[in-house]
Amino acid sequence: MSSIEVAGKSLETDEEGYLLNLAEWTEDAAKVLAAAENVNMTEAHWEVINFLREYYDEYQIAPAVRVLTKAIGKKLGPEKGNSKYLYELFPYGPAKQACKIAGLPKPTGCV
Amino acid sequence: MATKKMLYLNRRAPYGSVYALESLEVVLIGAAFEQDVSLAFIDDGVFQLLKGQNTTAVGMKNFSPTYKALGDYDVRKIYVEKESLEARGLSREDLLDLTYEDENEGYAEKDSIQVVSRTDMAGIIEQNDVVFSF
Repeated sequence: MSSIEVAGKSLETDEEGYLLNLAEWTEDAAKVLAAAENVNMTEAHWEVINFLREYYDEYQIAPAVRVLTKAIGKKLGPEKGNSKYLYELFPYGPAKQACKIAGLPKPTGCV
Repeated sequence: MATKKMLYLNRRAPYGSVYALESLEVVLIGAAFEQDVSLAFIDDGVFQLLKGQNTTAVGMKNFSPTYKALGDYDVRKIYVEKESLEARGLSREDLLDLTYEDENEGYAEKDSIQVVSRTDMAGIIEQNDVVFSF
């Protein structure tokens, strides 16, 4: 079993680095997860992370990238609801990488 | 690849077996590949769409909120068999409100669920190229 260290606490992850227990997620955990992905968290990153957590809370799934892009566009505006913007923030895939930082499971259908 | 008409046929209760959850996951994956997807709920499958599910006692995750995401995945055709509802003392009002946004009508919210008779359901099954039974 893998794990990450956050503020002196050990949080379990799966072999790909996704948190096993969603409830253990904190903003500090997000920073540790982001650092492991070489993502430097800015306001724009947090906006997407918070959006994903709200989406999960409501629907109990991490959305596929197409759905995420559309939903972000609707909520945060068309200049953010496109893959170019999201890939600039999360170069290894907005769904995969942002979900990991948000402490969510890997998106359904994401290989 | 030509788009195929795919129907996911759900006939089992949501908990007690993994069929309902597996079906929903396959639907979401299939929809991500932009297939023409329909869902049908027959027999105990109609219980999957019940409002107000609480799974605390069975110790399984309540995945019923995920059905509400189907509209985001452009899954807009959800058929429920009228006879199956009636045999269980249920009606449309007992089911979740599932909607999608119609881009051709100013993103108006529309109902995804259609309650259909057994005869109409047979016709719907017939019209699809592929039927997945869960």
